[in-house]
Amino acid sequence: MRELFELNKYFIAYKKKLIIGMIFILISNAAQIYIPLLLRDSIDGLQNNISYAKLIEYALLIFGAAIISGIFLFLKRQTIIVVSREIEFDIRQDFWSHLQKLPLRFFQNRSTGDIMAHATNDISAVRMYVGPAVMYSVDTITIFLIVIVIIFSISPSLTLYSLLPLPILSYLVYQLSKKIHERFTKIQEKFSELTTKAQENFSGIRVVKSYVRENNEINSFTNLSKDYLDRNMDKVKIQAWFMPILFLISGLSIIIVILVGGGMVINGELTLGEVFAFIAYLSLLIWPVIAFGWVANIIQQASASMKRLKTIMNEDVEIADSEITNKLINGINGTIEFKNVSFRFRDNLPYVLKNINLKIKKGSTVAVVGNTGVGKTALVNLISRLYDISEGELLIDGYNVKSVPLNILRKNIGVVSQETFLFSDTLYNNILYGAKNGNKELVEKVSAISKLEKDVESFPLGYNTILGERGITLSGGQKQRACLARALATDPKVLILDDSFSAVDTNTEEEILIRLKDFMKDRTSIIISHRISTVKDADKIIVLQDGKIVEEGIHDQLVALNGIYADMHFKQLLEEELKELK
Amino acid sequence: MSQDDEILGKAYDSKLMKRLLGYVKPYTKYVVLAILLNLLVAGLGPLRPYLTKIAVDDYIAVKDYDGLLNIALLLVATLIIQSFIQYFLTYYTQLMGQKIIYDLRVKLFAHVQKLALRYFDKTPIGRIVTRVTNDIEALNELFSSGIVMVFSDIFIIVWIFIFMFFMSWDLSLVTLSVLPILIYGTFLFRRKVRESYRDVRFHLARLNSYMQEHITGMAIVQSFAKEDDEIKNIASINSDHKKANIDSIFYYAVFYPVVEVLSAAAVSLIIWYGGGDVIQSSMTIGVLFAFIQYTEMFFRPIRDLSEKYNVMQTAMASSERIFKLLDNETVVKNPDNPKSLPKVKGSIEFDNVCFAYNENDYVLRNVSFKINPGETVAIVGATGAGKTSIINILTRFYDIQNGRILIDGTDIKEIDKRDLRKYISVVLQDVFLFSGTIKSNINLDSENISQEEVINAAKTVGAHKFISLLPNQYNEEVKEKGATLSVGQKQLISFARALAYNPQILILDEATSSVDTETEILIQQAIEKLLVGRTSIVIAHRLSTVQNADKIIVMHKGEIREMGTHQELLSKKGIYYKLYQLQYKDQEISKPA
Repeated sequence: MRELFELNKYFIAYKKKLIIGMIFILISNAAQIYIPLLLRDSIDGLQNNISYAKLIEYALLIFGAAIISGIFLFLKRQTIIVVSREIEFDIRQDFWSHLQKLPLRFFQNRSTGDIMAHATNDISAVRMYVGPAVMYSVDTITIFLIVIVIIFSISPSLTLYSLLPLPILSYLVYQLSKKIHERFTKIQEKFSELTTKAQENFSGIRVVKSYVRENNEINSFTNLSKDYLDRNMDKVKIQAWFMPILFLISGLSIIIVILVGGGMVINGELTLGEVFAFIAYLSLLIWPVIAFGWVANIIQQASASMKRLKTIMNEDVEIADSEITNKLINGINGTIEFKNVSFRFRDNLPYVLKNINLKIKKGSTVAVVGNTGVGKTALVNLISRLYDISEGELLIDGYNVKSVPLNILRKNIGVVSQETFLFSDTLYNNILYGAKNGNKELVEKVSAISKLEKDVESFPLGYNTILGERGITLSGGQKQRACLARALATDPKVLILDDSFSAVDTNTEEEILIRLKDFMKDRTSIIISHRISTVKDADKIIVLQDGKIVEEGIHDQLVALNGIYADMHFKQLLEEELKELK
Repeated sequence: MSQDDEILGKAYDSKLMKRLLGYVKPYTKYVVLAILLNLLVAGLGPLRPYLTKIAVDDYIAVKDYDGLLNIALLLVATLIIQSFIQYFLTYYTQLMGQKIIYDLRVKLFAHVQKLALRYFDKTPIGRIVTRVTNDIEALNELFSSGIVMVFSDIFIIVWIFIFMFFMSWDLSLVTLSVLPILIYGTFLFRRKVRESYRDVRFHLARLNSYMQEHITGMAIVQSFAKEDDEIKNIASINSDHKKANIDSIFYYAVFYPVVEVLSAAAVSLIIWYGGGDVIQSSMTIGVLFAFIQYTEMFFRPIRDLSEKYNVMQTAMASSERIFKLLDNETVVKNPDNPKSLPKVKGSIEFDNVCFAYNENDYVLRNVSFKINPGETVAIVGATGAGKTSIINILTRFYDIQNGRILIDGTDIKEIDKRDLRKYISVVLQDVFLFSGTIKSNINLDSENISQEEVINAAKTVGAHKFISLLPNQYNEEVKEKGATLSVGQKQLISFARALAYNPQILILDEATSSVDTETEILIQQAIEKLLVGRTSIVIAHRLSTVQNADKIIVMHKGEIREMGTHQELLSKKGIYYKLYQLQYKDQEISKPA
């Protein structure tokens, strides 16, 4: 419950609309509550020689009251439920803004699916509280209070008798919806087991077929489906009671009125019209009584969801501008210096980088080579502060990297990362993703450098072709070149190529490197690669092993050293020879 | 979601419906019983206003308290009977629906098991999963409530008509004059809501896929310092989603008041017209009583009926996709009269084999070789040389275009696929572990392989030691594709699996991933034991394997280029010599003693 109080700030933002909405509720309910009184008068009148004109007046009044009630019912939904959507919007917006600030570490420890579950299920559970729950609470309370006063004034004893079953209804609705929700969760668990099983079977179909385990797999899937059926029926067992109980108890209430009220009519204590008004009022009360049990559930679920949302909303931002940020820095030149830098992902994990000392002069090209998992990517991620260093000092243009505003730092570093991630958007928008102000000319220019223009010609809509599932699927090499174009379009002071040509054939790569030469003039470049051909012309090559720099120099020096680099060099020559064999 | 998944066609297709009803057939008894019960129970609700009429006119009016009590008891009785029948009806129709979709789901899954690898190569796994999960689920409503409840709704309306006309036909006509507007309004509302709901769903899907994608690509977002733009982008999508929702709120906001106004209009008409009759004493008050109650009873069945359109539309779209998969016949054909090989010795012969995954794009060309029973052959070559294809065609995961593959002199196309695969065990490079226990991953739940045999297999490959250190040993659960096990441990388990099946022919695709020296020794020893006493083909990445092989086949660009023993090939200084320097030579240095 306490969690939900945090939503008050959202309510306060819409307090005017909410108050107006409450007023609409009151008016609509008042008009609605007036109708049974009119019915009472007309029925009683009919027994006492009412005039035809008076009868028509009642009929028109009933219709009029319904119209007024209807208009305000419309307005009530248009204000209160609309506000709930506004608040949902705000919550989602806040959630998203917070996500943007969280460090990559957070995204590596949580699956996308998990974060998405918060963004979808939990936010909508909270909305159910903000909208329907609040609306029905106010609705219920106002109707309840007014109706009770009226029927009590008609007959206190009949009121007591007829209301007797209603608390039971409230309670049962609460219990039933709670149980239904619980069993529904169980169904979902089974459903996801079923999905996992299917997924696993289809991905492992080779093993299944190799070992002729098809029948066995069908059996275990059948068992799961059976369990799933059983759990569904567990829910049905409870859920099937919902409507019957509702009818039974509300019906009982009305039968009590007919019996007890009828008896009172016989004794002359009540009029027939009053009995009828009673029945009409009871039908008005049934819904609030049901809503009461239902709302109690919504509140419980919403507060559980709010608790989950808070775990993300309270997650530490870690990497952000701080008091040491020097706001006066509005650009970088591109000199990078690692001084005794060590890095590990978390305190209890082993070091990924150990005592790195490296000076990269502005405008120079540095290449990093080494086996997978030696820390090459970690090294470049530190520069753009996707991760912060654990020990040592990292300087940009002589400033502590943390004193450079994060925005300035990242906008001036163009990264082409190993994982070629493009968004499902047009190629044009993908290329201009990070550009300050882009136009067709820029897109064409960077595409030319990345040797993408030939491919674009073959795409159905050229640069306006949509990429990804909904559009065309690019080959690995095309993706890498598009990512390169995207980084170049940002006009970066520092260009980082993290194994960016692995899927591009050697000839194309060579051409791109030649075209890049001009672009890289005056820019600092860091190239990570497995290919000697990519790195051989760098101003400095470093070889990483186990998080340490083990070799450092230019190509000829390293070959002469006869160490790791020389071995790589030799093997690649061999590979090429093999490839060229007919 | 692929585009295939978004098609929402017509609400009724007689061919599809006929086929769907075929699945209801086993449950015809349920359906008939449910419809009959419905006919009864539908009358009980509309009976009650009529009984109140009797209570008012025949007992209250004449001050007969005992009569009133009897009517009240009768009312209670109908209420209780109705509630229980309603409960059982709901329960049984749901049970029937669940059973039908269970049947269909299992059938579909079993069908997928038969499909050839070619199908899996071309179809994203996620799509097949959707077929057996969500698409089947979408049929639930059709079977559980759709078919039977249509009758229930119609019966209720008919019963109300019967009672109303029985009491007063002219007042019925007056009262029912609002009904056309109610029906028209309800169906119009349904259509609008359906459209706007589709809109909402579209924007929600857009919102979710945007978030999903950008959470996955957060590294890119942050590298390019695009956080502020991300917030702006989501604001625009989020606001479209909000607008779509607010549109749908509008329809509800109009509809509910309209229903209330319409039922109030009916009440007004009853008071005006019926009241006039009462004044002229041609009608009793009790009839007014009953009629006013009936005005509230129409709405639910009409609303339910209007919803059935949605149910049908969804069901049609899903069933079309399901049947399409059920009709897919991409299978590797089993021979009509399979030859049985009672005892396999294990000789393998490739005779001029040509093979392409895609037409004319040959990955194997004129491959011929012979392996004698019990021999170990290593296949080596650079990536793309065609090594894996040899495994794929030997087990008939794919059929070859040209040439023959013979086992003990019999063409594998003439052997029952299941037998063939029983003689051959394959150990793949990527170890695939199922969720289950260590034991079930070794015997793959086969009842023919006892616990003892599982343990023996694990002991032979050297996996027993680490397994017995696990808290639950062989019953230790394997989670998420074996995330808790190391690469080496997973490999040992897959070796134990192959050994437990004790095949005559073993195919081993050695993994390239590096493991620590200790595990490497274990794996090498395990491989040696695996190969003993059976014909083996190994795609070799280990120096020890090539050194121990009886024969090495060197593949290059889909053809066999060299063949011989390690020493022979080395001295040839050809392709193998280069491969040796590239892949195997380093192992000499780190070779465990």
